[in-house]
Amino acid sequence: MSKSSSVSIGNQKTNLVPFSAWMVVFVLVPIALVVWFAFTGVDGFTFSNLKWIYVYKSTLWLSVKLAFIATVISLVLAYPIAYSMSRASEKVQRNATLFIMLPMWMNFLVRTYAWMTILEDTGLINSVLKAIFGADFQSLSLINNHGSVVLGMVYNYLPYMILPIYTALTKIDGSLLEAARDLGARGHQVLARVILPMSVPGIISGITMVFIPSISTFIISKILGGGKDYLVGDLIEDYFLGNSGVVNYNIGAALSLVIMILILIATFLMNHFDKDAKTNGGGVI
Amino acid sequence: MKTLLKIYNFLIVAFLYLPIFVILIFSFNSGTSRAKFEGFSLQWYQELFADELILRSLYYSVIIAVLSAVIATVIGTMAAVGINSLRGWKKSAFLSVNNIPVVNPEIVTAISMMILFVFVLSYFNGMEMGFGTLLIAHITFNIPYVVLSVLPKLRGMDQNIYHAALDLGCPPAKAFLKVVIPQIMPGIISGLIMAFTLSLDDFVISYFNSGASFQTLPITIYSMTKKPYSLKLNALSTLLFAVVLVLMLAVNIKKPKNKKAKS
Repeated sequence: MSKSSSVSIGNQKTNLVPFSAWMVVFVLVPIALVVWFAFTGVDGFTFSNLKWIYVYKSTLWLSVKLAFIATVISLVLAYPIAYSMSRASEKVQRNATLFIMLPMWMNFLVRTYAWMTILEDTGLINSVLKAIFGADFQSLSLINNHGSVVLGMVYNYLPYMILPIYTALTKIDGSLLEAARDLGARGHQVLARVILPMSVPGIISGITMVFIPSISTFIISKILGGGKDYLVGDLIEDYFLGNSGVVNYNIGAALSLVIMILILIATFLMNHFDKDAKTNGGGVI
Repeated sequence: MKTLLKIYNFLIVAFLYLPIFVILIFSFNSGTSRAKFEGFSLQWYQELFADELILRSLYYSVIIAVLSAVIATVIGTMAAVGINSLRGWKKSAFLSVNNIPVVNPEIVTAISMMILFVFVLSYFNGMEMGFGTLLIAHITFNIPYVVLSVLPKLRGMDQNIYHAALDLGCPPAKAFLKVVIPQIMPGIISGLIMAFTLSLDDFVISYFNSGASFQTLPITIYSMTKKPYSLKLNALSTLLFAVVLVLMLAVNIKKPKNKKAKS
C-alpha cells in the first residue's frame, strides 16, 4: 500500500468512501432535485416555471442591485482598516482580528433587530435628535427603505470583507514595499502599483463572501425592509414554506436556480480577473 | 494621515459594536421597550431562566452542534487524507464537490436538502422533519469546513516520518493513528471548533430543515422575534456573548505562553 506513491497515507479509497457517499446523497442529489423541480410541473417536463423569472424580474434586479451596492460599500470601508491592521505589531493584529470577529458571535437575528431599535421612527437616533432639537422635531424615516436593507447587509457581512483582505495584505513581503520606495515610487504609487494588485486574491474572496449572502438574504430584508422590499430570498422562502399561502417548489426551485447561475457567472468573472492580476502583478514573485 | 486612519478605524469598530451595546444596555431595562430605557433591572434575566422553551432549545442546539461537529470531523478528516493523496483531475473534482456547500448560498443549500427530505419522507407515513433531518443537514454543511482546515496541515506534514514508521514494521493503521493524526491535530481541532460554532449559530439551514418538534435556539429566537419582541432575547444574547468573550480571552491569553514554551 505504501509503495503505490510516496505521498499516499493509508488506503485512500476507504478514506474517501464515507465522504463520497455523503456528498452524493446530501449535496449532489439535492442540487439535481432543484434542477429537476425547476423544469417540471404537474404535467412533467416544462419550461413554464422560467416565466416566473420574468414575472419577478424587478425583484431579481433589486436583489442584484442591493447586494452589489452593499459589496462595493463593504470593500471601500474594509480596505483602510484591513491595511492598517496588516501594518500593526503582531499583538495588535491578533487582538484586532479577535475584535472584528467578536460581534459575529452575537445572534444575527438579535443584532439585526438592534438596528431596528436604532433606526425606527421612535428609535434611538430619532430620540437623540428630538432631545437636541426639541419635541417638534420631525422624525427622520431611516428604516424600511433600500438604504436600511443595504446597511443591514454591510453591517452583517463587513467582517467577511475585512478579514480576507487583511490576510492577503499580511502576506505581502515588506521588503517589496521598501524596494518600490527605493526605486522612487511615491506613497500613492506604492499603494496603487504594488499593494493593491497583490491584495487582489483577498479582495476577491471578500467580494464573494459579502455578495453571496447579500444576494440570497431573506431575513435582513424582512426586518429592516419592512416586508415591502421583497428580495429573491424572500420569494424562495415563501414558495417553499408557504408563508404567504402558496407552496410551489417548482417556482421556488426555478428562482434558486437563477441565484446559483448568477453566482456561477460572478465567480467565473472573478476568477478571470484574478488570473489577470496574477500575470500582470502580484503572483510573479 | 496616521491619526486620520486611527479615527477611521475607531469609527468602523464603533459601527460594528453599536448594536452590541444597544442589546447589552437594554437587557437591563426595567421597562418592556426595545428603544426607551426606563431603569436598571435584572427582570429579563430572571424571565430568561424561567423560560423552558428557550432553555430546551439551547439544550437541543448544543446536542446538534456536538454530534454534527464530531461526525463531520471524522468524515472530513478521513476525506482530507484521501483527497491529499489524489492527484490531477480526481483531486480537483473532489475539491469542487467539497466546495459546493461553501460557495452555494445558504438558502439554496437549505431548500435543496429540504426537497430531498420531503421527497423521501413522503414515502414513510407519519414521519416528519426533526432531529434526524436537522442532524444530517448540519453534518452536510460542516464537512467541507473540516476538510478545508485539515488539508493544509496534511500538505505541510513530513511524509517521511510515516514511511519511516512503516519501514520499522509499524502496521499502517497504527502508524496512521500514532504518526499522522498527531501531526495534523491542530487542523482537526480547528475544524471541529469551526463546525461546532457554525452549527450552533446556524439559522437558515435549520429553518428549512427542522420540524416543529425539535427547534434549535436560533429558530426559537426567530419565532420569538415575530411575536411582540421580548427583551429576554437581549438578556440571552448578552449572556451567550459573555461566554464567548471569556472563552476567546482565555484562548488568546494562553496562546503567547505556548509560543514561548516552544521556542
